[in-house]
Amino acid sequence: MNIRFTGFGGQGIILSGVIYGWAAILDNKNAIQTQSYGSSARGGACKCDVIIQDSYIYELVPSGNDILVAFSQPAFEKYKKSLIKNGLLFYDSDLVNIDKFDAESYSISATDIAFKEFGQKLFANIIMLGFLNAKTSIINPEAIEESIRHYVPSKFADTNIKAFKLGMKLN
Amino acid sequence: MTRENYLNKLKNQTRFIQGDEAAAYGALYAGCNFFAGYPITPASEVAELMAKELPKTGGYYIQMEDEIASMGALIGAAWSGGKSMTATSGPGFSLMQENIGYACMTETPCVIVNVQRSGPSTGQATMGAQGDMLQARWGTHGDHEMIALSPSSVQESFDLMIEAFNLSEKFRNPVIFLLDGEVGHIREKVVFPDVSELNIYPRNISKVKTDVFGGARIPPMIEFGMGHRIHVTGSTHKSNGMRDVVSLEAHDTLIRRLNDKIESCRNEIARYKEHFTDDMEYLVVSYGASARPSMGAVLKLREKGFRIGFLRLITIWPFASTIVKELGKKANKIFVPEMNLGQISREIERFVSCDVLPVSKIGGVPHTINEIAEYIEKIIVLK
Repeated sequence: MNIRFTGFGGQGIILSGVIYGWAAILDNKNAIQTQSYGSSARGGACKCDVIIQDSYIYELVPSGNDILVAFSQPAFEKYKKSLIKNGLLFYDSDLVNIDKFDAESYSISATDIAFKEFGQKLFANIIMLGFLNAKTSIINPEAIEESIRHYVPSKFADTNIKAFKLGMKLN
Repeated sequence: MTRENYLNKLKNQTRFIQGDEAAAYGALYAGCNFFAGYPITPASEVAELMAKELPKTGGYYIQMEDEIASMGALIGAAWSGGKSMTATSGPGFSLMQENIGYACMTETPCVIVNVQRSGPSTGQATMGAQGDMLQARWGTHGDHEMIALSPSSVQESFDLMIEAFNLSEKFRNPVIFLLDGEVGHIREKVVFPDVSELNIYPRNISKVKTDVFGGARIPPMIEFGMGHRIHVTGSTHKSNGMRDVVSLEAHDTLIRRLNDKIESCRNEIARYKEHFTDDMEYLVVSYGASARPSMGAVLKLREKGFRIGFLRLITIWPFASTIVKELGKKANKIFVPEMNLGQISREIERFVSCDVLPVSKIGGVPHTINEIAEYIEKIIVLK
């Protein structure tokens, strides 16, 4: 299972992938995470790849993505071709217009919901993570909650868990 | 906090960390207590973690003005009793070469991490490569032996770093830790061991004044501050360290011993893993990041019925010539996937008589399983 999180640097794209990768390991799977490096990680079209498998992972770079998560238009345009046939597209409907892109797609207005519910846009990535995992059931949600608590600053942990659960409910 | 307390806290913990970070943790486990370096992509995470964690174990971190000085500081620290390390990438590794030679000549234990990126020169700074395989061996001038290791996973980056320090102590030689940008930057699971269960090779220190540059294949060290007067020089020297730069005999004795101390233990140092070599007709040899999709390709081709074996080099230098020679007699062809234009395949050619075909990929993106499998299959089917 190859998942690519994409968006602008600063939207928590890389954190999403790290949380998801570590959650997979907590759920007794194998996982590798890689990310864009350099200027694109700080702006532009940033990406974070997570490979999750039950067996040992031999391929360090995904040859195609089963799931693409898009949080910005430039990132969507840049990476949409990496989605395999029958792959799933998840995107923030306020930030991305997929036009006539042909893929099974799921969208929520994650950034808008984050601002309305929690007063800050930065929880959008975690809301999307909840939504994505509820749709796909790739990882045990408890493992994801544990991973979120591990990676976010402790004073924001509870809010992030709320955001995650909210995302799951949007399914 | 003492080093012991620090490592006890890590014991049995599982982490999701990068290969660079794992190398740094491995160094802490191995007893590294001195880091001098200059940040560079894709090796900066090693320095970052050492800057943060090394002082907690009682060690010292110095941000140097450049890589030339970093290497000098490593050598000074080692002779003052430290276990020293630096981390860099291609451009910095080039700058370090002169002092790496000094470390070879003065038999100074130290570990140099080179997280390889695409070169030459500044090349592709953010993209990984395996282009420094021969520079690691022959980067510094003059006849010398070198030890270089190359991990293929994040866990191995941790485990092998402990081995790197042990080898540098045991053989009194610099050890090059050849990470590549890929293994350096992926995050994977690492399990930290109990430090008391590890074999950490202690430095051989003589309590009494003795020759530290001869008298034994690997003489003991005396450290600065012990009260003895010693002379450490990069010029040709006698066993007591005093310069003798004109005598054939002094140079011949010294340089042959320096080479012999490693060459005579080639089979002990040269680690590798072989798979499916019993029934093989063809062999794939790879290392580092390239070894991962290579093994994937071997498994895929075996499922299709091709009799292919796999040899993964863990030690790059001294080269695992014994096993390569042996397997080369059984294989019709040897395929060598690597992220350069055939550096290790050239070395393999020296030891076998069958065809050696590089499966080269450059540009900063590792091979996919399919790329390797399709290339090999095409050649086997067309033969």
